[in-house]
Amino acid sequence: MKPLTVTGLGSFPRRRQTLPGFSLSLGLSLLWTGLLVVLPLTALLLRPWQHGLGPMIHALHDARMYAALRVSFICAFLAVLIDLPIGLLLAWTLVRYRPPGHRAVDALIDLPFAIPTAVTGIALATLYGPGGWIGAPAEKLGLKLTFSPAGIVIALTFIGLPFIVRSVEPVLRSFPKDVEEAVFLLGASGWQRFCRILLPALAPPLLSGAGLAFARGIGEYGSVIFIAGNQPFHSEVAPLLIVMRLQEFNYDGATSIALILLVTALLCLVAVSHLRRSVSSGLLREDGA
Amino acid sequence: MSITLEAFTQYAPRSSRKLLDNIALTVEDRAFVALVGPSGAGKTTLLRAIAGLSSHSEGTLLIDGLPIHDRPVQDRGIGFVFQNYALFRHMTVARNIAFGLDVLPRARRPDRAAIQRRVTELLDLIQLPHLAKAYPDQLSGGQRQRVALARALATGPRLLLLDEPFGALDPLVRRDIRRWLRDLHDRMNLTTILVTHDHEEAMDVADTLVVMQEGRIVQAADASTLNAAPQTPFVMEFLGETLKFPGTVRSGQFVPDNTDIAPFPFEGPDGDATAFIRPHDVFLLPGAGQASVEKRPHFSNGLFRYQIVTAEAAFEMITPTDLSPQEMQNVRVDISRGKIFYPAAASEDPPKPA
Amino acid sequence: MTRQSSRITPVVLTLLSYTIIGLLIVLPVVLILHEALRQGLHTALETLKDPEARSSIRLTACVTAIVTVINTAGGVAAAWTLTKYDFRGARLLVSLIELPISVSPVIAGLVWLLLFGRQGWWGNWLGHHGLHIAFAVPGIILATLFVTFPYVARTLMPYMEQQGRAAEETAFLLGAGFWKTLIHVTLPDAGWALLSGVLLTTARAMGEFGAVAVISGHIPGVTETMPLHIETLYNGYQSVAAFAMAALLVLVAMTTVLIRMFLERSFRKQHP
Repeated sequence: MKPLTVTGLGSFPRRRQTLPGFSLSLGLSLLWTGLLVVLPLTALLLRPWQHGLGPMIHALHDARMYAALRVSFICAFLAVLIDLPIGLLLAWTLVRYRPPGHRAVDALIDLPFAIPTAVTGIALATLYGPGGWIGAPAEKLGLKLTFSPAGIVIALTFIGLPFIVRSVEPVLRSFPKDVEEAVFLLGASGWQRFCRILLPALAPPLLSGAGLAFARGIGEYGSVIFIAGNQPFHSEVAPLLIVMRLQEFNYDGATSIALILLVTALLCLVAVSHLRRSVSSGLLREDGA
Repeated sequence: MSITLEAFTQYAPRSSRKLLDNIALTVEDRAFVALVGPSGAGKTTLLRAIAGLSSHSEGTLLIDGLPIHDRPVQDRGIGFVFQNYALFRHMTVARNIAFGLDVLPRARRPDRAAIQRRVTELLDLIQLPHLAKAYPDQLSGGQRQRVALARALATGPRLLLLDEPFGALDPLVRRDIRRWLRDLHDRMNLTTILVTHDHEEAMDVADTLVVMQEGRIVQAADASTLNAAPQTPFVMEFLGETLKFPGTVRSGQFVPDNTDIAPFPFEGPDGDATAFIRPHDVFLLPGAGQASVEKRPHFSNGLFRYQIVTAEAAFEMITPTDLSPQEMQNVRVDISRGKIFYPAAASEDPPKPA
Repeated sequence: MTRQSSRITPVVLTLLSYTIIGLLIVLPVVLILHEALRQGLHTALETLKDPEARSSIRLTACVTAIVTVINTAGGVAAAWTLTKYDFRGARLLVSLIELPISVSPVIAGLVWLLLFGRQGWWGNWLGHHGLHIAFAVPGIILATLFVTFPYVARTLMPYMEQQGRAAEETAFLLGAGFWKTLIHVTLPDAGWALLSGVLLTTARAMGEFGAVAVISGHIPGVTETMPLHIETLYNGYQSVAAFAMAALLVLVAMTTVLIRMFLERSFRKQHP
């Protein structure tokens, strides 16, 4: 090599971005993410070690906490179970049949996500409560929908629905029609076609939607508290218990619940992102079948 | 504007794979150079490197004797036209062309009227004066191409870099634009480097062809040198239809394995070798052998195609003469105009350019 | 299956899903409007003129504006950085940006209390210096920032990715620097996606309840945002006032949904 290049004249550093402004924009992004996400979450993660593990372990001996977590997990799970068939049905109808008004209905599906949770909460509590449009007839049948875990399930069903529909829709839309037609020509009935061909292909997006809905459900607060009744050990959800603990200035109690909720939600998300990656390959497998 | 690359190597992002390997290239002021080669040869990468758009590289790259990154972009005097033109979709044709002037620092920016004049001038130059207010979506491929060119020329560059400038155009438009571009190059005293995978196009428009293969320069020369003295079989094959005849070099003669092909004198070391020849350099020696010839139905540009059938193989030749039936029987084939390459040169590794 | 049943199935399934949508999604919205207007439009509007209601509307508007500006700037910077450059750790940054989506809103409030509350890292020190973040407006802003953090970046990124870099590189070679390229070339082209992300951020910021409930301290007229004020009214049996404010939020939410739908459609038409 000539001395010219050794002195650096005309030689490049090994890494150079082709566009200007890299350090500026990376710096801004890191500052924004660091201050607003990393810093506060670090505070949460470090809290258990702040005053030694003693108070934290003490906080974990709390039957009310486990009851609240159980209520949250079970209700979120039941809500997802209800959402799965409904979400699949909605996505199927909208994508396959394109009935009159399907665009408007498609927009409506986003509403549970767009309406503020507190508004959802008071609306559902009134609607399903005693004397409400749905609550009154249900009461005559002996069904108590509000101020019970059933109310929590109703709220979480409402909140979770868009996640299922939005995960399934794109896969359903891109599903190769000729595969279905080929199976049809082989003499399979509609139901067989659905179970053998579509359901396996739709399983990954359904599961990933379920994961998102569940992660959202266990953390849900605003839409739940108005309808739940909030009786400890019975209809008190984990996020509400965090709020109660904070009102008692029991930060350790609040932190322990928060950490359990956070880790569960993150595990769901990791699972979902793994599923997302397998969605396309799953489709291809079906394609080749 | 002259360009010098020495020991220039570029790596793929986050890997040690070399996209450009030890490139040495000099482009003289006012030269018209075409980078040619199959896709994946590194032509576009090299063009982008010359524009200063390389990311992981080492080695020397001098523009007019100065390292490229020592000069602010505005002072480099480089115009670049991307393969898909990269026109700004939300701007009119006029604003696209004016962009390079609009973003100049205030002290050096011409006033509005001057920019307007320059845009009008360029629109006339690309023969689209009526399209100033159109948006890129409303233009045809050839029009977009010319607008992209006008935008690159607006700031008065002395070096013009074009990535597959004719790629998306239909054949008739291609030829027109090619002529127009060459004319522009000569009139404006530009130095032009273009990338193309079409060697005929390159030979038609450029003075020098740089043949690339797997990130390296295999040969850089003008068209007639490349035709007369290709340095590797790859260059020979890339530049046109090629016939290959394996054989051996023995005591000053090349002896083809195929006995229907006549041996011919060749000075070189003894050993296995292959003769490469263009179909139109093949001649026939009637009555001297066992091969037969069949006429092919294709006739174009005054040339005839013949299928030569030997005991071992069949291949096609091209000749301007209409052969008589007698001339088509018991022939021997003369390939003495071919080029001989030894196996070492034919291997994957092309020799380093001188 | 017979031919006839396969023709009936779509009709049955469509009716079924429309019924479900009607009961599950439309009915609550209708109920909100119905409850709000039970004593007439005039009464409903009167309740919105109450001083505490007006202060909550002002606070929400102010918080939403600040949050939208900050998260739009950050989101644009992050989307640009992640799509226009290659660098190590990009995937980690994407995961960090998406993280807040999966965090319970209550936790989003809690984390700021752990930093700025009485027992938090800096709460006491700041309190001594007269700076109050928890149970004050800055806390509300921080909590809302966390909750609406990912939306602009997430809507912009797929679009910017698909834009490629040729336009930016052209602009750069024509002499435009970072800001001019961003403002004159990239953002005008990504305008639809940007607007859609900004609208989503605005909608979520306005309606945030859990995170704000934890950190605001619920001081009527001072740190009560619209959703918090709805809770106060509802628990105080002021049903019409609560639903009137709820209806206001629902109308804004529905408007943003409609605009985003329209944006996405015209965007898809432009780029089939």
